[in-house]
Amino acid sequence: MTTIDKTAEVPSARSGDDHVGPLLEVRDLHVEFHTRDGVAKAVNGVNYSVNAGETLAVLGESGSGKSVTAQAVMGILDMPPGRIPQGEIFFRGQDMLKMSYEERRSIRGQKIAMIFQDALSSLNPVLTVGYQLGEMFRVHQGLSKKEARAKAIGLMDQVKIPAAAARVSDYPHQFSGGMRQRIMIAMALALEPDLIIADEPTTALDVTVQAQVMDLLAELQREYNMGLILITHDLGVVADVADKIAVMYAGRIVETSPVHEIYKRPAHPYTKGLLESIPRLDQKGQELFAIKGLPPNLLNVPSGCAFNPRCVMAQDICRTDIPPLRPVTERDGTDLVGRGSACHFWKETIHG
Amino acid sequence: MPDLTKTAPVPDETKAPVADPSAVVKADKARSLWGDAWQDLRRNWYFVISAGLIVILLLITAFPGLFTSASPTTGDLVNHFLGKPELSKIGSPEWFGYDGQGRSVYARVIYGTRASVIVGVAVTLAVTLFGGLIGMLSGYFGGWIDALLSGFTNIFLGLPFLLGAMVVLQAFTDRSIWVVVFALAFLGWTQIARVMRGAVITIKQSDFVQAARALGASTPRILFRHILPNVMAPVIVVATISLGVYISAEATLSYLGLGLASPTVSWGMDISGGSAQIRVAQHILIYPSIMLSITVLAFIMLGEAVRNALDPKTR
Amino acid sequence: MADIDKEPVDATPNVTEVATVDAASEAEAVAAIDAPVSQGEPILQVRNLVKHFPLTQGVLFKKQVGAVKAVDGISFDLFAGETLGIVGESGCGKSTVAKLLMTLERATAGEVFYKGQDITRLSGRALKAVRRNIQMVFQDPYTSLNPRMTVGDIIGEPYEIHPEVAPKGERRRKVQDLLDVVGLNPEYINRYPHQFSGGQRQRIGIARGLALNPEIIICDEPVSALDVSVQAQVINLMGKLQDEFNLSYLFIAHDLSIVRHISDRVGVMYLGKMAEIGTDEQIYEHPTHPYTQALLSAVPVPDPEAREGRERIILSGDVPSPANPPSGCRFRTRCWKAEDKCATEMPLLAVPERFKGLDSPAAHESACHFAEEKDVVHAA
Repeated sequence: MTTIDKTAEVPSARSGDDHVGPLLEVRDLHVEFHTRDGVAKAVNGVNYSVNAGETLAVLGESGSGKSVTAQAVMGILDMPPGRIPQGEIFFRGQDMLKMSYEERRSIRGQKIAMIFQDALSSLNPVLTVGYQLGEMFRVHQGLSKKEARAKAIGLMDQVKIPAAAARVSDYPHQFSGGMRQRIMIAMALALEPDLIIADEPTTALDVTVQAQVMDLLAELQREYNMGLILITHDLGVVADVADKIAVMYAGRIVETSPVHEIYKRPAHPYTKGLLESIPRLDQKGQELFAIKGLPPNLLNVPSGCAFNPRCVMAQDICRTDIPPLRPVTERDGTDLVGRGSACHFWKETIHG
Repeated sequence: MPDLTKTAPVPDETKAPVADPSAVVKADKARSLWGDAWQDLRRNWYFVISAGLIVILLLITAFPGLFTSASPTTGDLVNHFLGKPELSKIGSPEWFGYDGQGRSVYARVIYGTRASVIVGVAVTLAVTLFGGLIGMLSGYFGGWIDALLSGFTNIFLGLPFLLGAMVVLQAFTDRSIWVVVFALAFLGWTQIARVMRGAVITIKQSDFVQAARALGASTPRILFRHILPNVMAPVIVVATISLGVYISAEATLSYLGLGLASPTVSWGMDISGGSAQIRVAQHILIYPSIMLSITVLAFIMLGEAVRNALDPKTR
Repeated sequence: MADIDKEPVDATPNVTEVATVDAASEAEAVAAIDAPVSQGEPILQVRNLVKHFPLTQGVLFKKQVGAVKAVDGISFDLFAGETLGIVGESGCGKSTVAKLLMTLERATAGEVFYKGQDITRLSGRALKAVRRNIQMVFQDPYTSLNPRMTVGDIIGEPYEIHPEVAPKGERRRKVQDLLDVVGLNPEYINRYPHQFSGGQRQRIGIARGLALNPEIIICDEPVSALDVSVQAQVINLMGKLQDEFNLSYLFIAHDLSIVRHISDRVGVMYLGKMAEIGTDEQIYEHPTHPYTQALLSAVPVPDPEAREGRERIILSGDVPSPANPPSGCRFRTRCWKAEDKCATEMPLLAVPERFKGLDSPAAHESACHFAEEKDVVHAA
């Protein structure tokens, strides 16, 4: 299986170590869950990489394995029932799955931070926002209470919370949804991590607030030259901020592409179907194209290509052979940098 | 108005069998939540053991004569209480030895089961019906009805359970099983009422109750068809666990001499009698105590197992 | 808090007690409710609808200390056979409107006329007749179906509540027909909701809504909880059912693209008020209210090229609390056009002065003192 492209290679020497190569690289990762109804194969051989300063969008529906992959990277997977039977996760060239508990813990929060969808349930309701922000500095950097508080105010300023000094002693429920998501971002930023994983960071927010938060996230990423993994189901959000995109279906990456190209010329029937099934704001459509059928049951993933029961192009080979992620080329064979598709008929899909 | 039956069926988007593999695997198997819970319970050792114990206890309650030939009430002073247990003679009157009046401890343990189980089951039934009703009305109607019923519940909650039961029992000279049941139920219903009220308030706000209201469903229909089946799980769990608590409460009261009285046989009374002889004949105390602990534990374990099976969060 | 009281009262207070109806007038009301309405006539007329949720303090003796003004004077018409989309952000009151129209909440003031009958004052038989004709599809397919009932019982329940619609012997067949109509296997009738996926459950919810042959279906975010690839299936199904059964939809959603796709007319709500209302072309191609413009420009478009040419208006701040809304125009605290006039004078929902009499798509109702046209959807 091929790994995802290495476009926009940026030297990742911010923290002063001499590792060259991607900041984070996931290789052939498998995750399964043991439930009473059987083994749910949530992730089945995922490969991706992120460089410093780069944004990778992982796109997929519920059950595609996009969040489970991120949890495995972050080391917050519930095990059991989860299990990682196979795979490697390299952070700056070191396999995190082989690290000791203590080593992983020191990476979590300091080097890799995560932003969740639901900011309200991710913040402790009985502690002030300032205390929770300051805790990072007290625990990891041994600052005094006063210094930590000053740092917390600084962070709140940085994520553009108005009147930060006055609001530092407020509790999470006193903030609106958008402001709480900013606090989450501030917490993730506190120790200036190399990589941020954002799991549906704006899904719970209103449209007008979504734009603010996404802009803030993009701006901070540029400022700190961080790697960003953006997990989402929204093709629209991705278009704004991502550099490259990986589309997941039933625990596999089915298509990879630099972000602009995927909208013009999708190379996998699933991506194509998704793009066609979204109503457009700027045109009044007739009947929408709808992908038929339902997302697969992970306890019983269809044989061959997992998308075959819903695919308009499916042939016999799709029901028997799992298509690997292959590089996608122009009609004349020229390389399309960074593009890959796990479809037996990618040529027909992209070139008509 | 259009007639639904005349329309042509739409091209099916979800019927394609391959599209839903689960449909193929479990074709046409209707699995209710209770059915799922049962599947869970069957594989749970806690449940299997506790349910087995409870079945035996119920058998003993119904047919004590099947388990011992001796009488629990007639003693023969030939069998002096210093007659130690003969553990090899399983099931014989002398198995657990004899008490001070020459009665078989084994027979008394067997016959004592009846009082404990009847008190436990009857109090639980009474408490669930009364407390459940109060909690449901209070939670569903809210407003002043809730203020009134909750206030009433809180007053009873303020009364200390055992102390209150003792005071109530003092008022009766003839203390039969049913008097003890009344005393415990009188003070014990508040917990179920509170659990029920909370559950009803949560379920009342769910969309499916709103949907039923929007259809024009009557209040009884909403209460009994939509709310009640969805609040039974926590109530059953609390009821099962507290069944064990009521059994130990009965034993405590009887131990203190305020619960059951002779000629009714009760573990609590035997433990009380046995504790007076603890220096000379421990077996009079030990065997009823073991039975009591096993019984209480069985019900609490059953409640825990049912809770785990019904709690969707553990799935 | 003081400025709230200065707001012009635009609704007459409603009688809170249920109007007593004698048998004759009830029968009259039922007859009116069951009479057919021809295509294009208004079937539902909402006038100055208000819903305030009191904020109280104290346990035993509750004292009202304020009110959440969830819906604060809304008027619109729903015509037979059309889809009216209502869009707005969370807290704008759109879901409360749905509950008021379903008489799940009692209106604080205002009227809702269904075929000339004010449903906020109906009770008994007449109200039951209304409930037969107005149905609802809920947002969350996971909570809107009773987990302890089989699919057959869920879809068949409307017939048990309104037994006159279908005789007992026919019900099972009708339920199976309904399952077929919404694209589910009729053999699934004995299954429980948790055996279905989100999209399938929403189809069950739609089948329940169709059971009584209603005229109006109120859809409260019917697809927002579904996966992207399943949303299109459900939207298409709803479009098809509308044609087949001549349904009128009130389609409440926060997703502007989906609303445009399905709606004939669109109303934009902000903090309990209607900001702008018009045909889908008027609202999307020729918006005149700054809030509508900001909302439209913020929608992420899955096409980076179309996106780059578009003007983006990023609003500052969050929606203010409906318990303490700004004086005058509710949007003024986030509006880039706001002037002193906006704080003192509440703009009314009407065709703006400058567009009056013009034969332009911009001439539609918009509640802004400084309404002007601006295309934010297309690339410049």
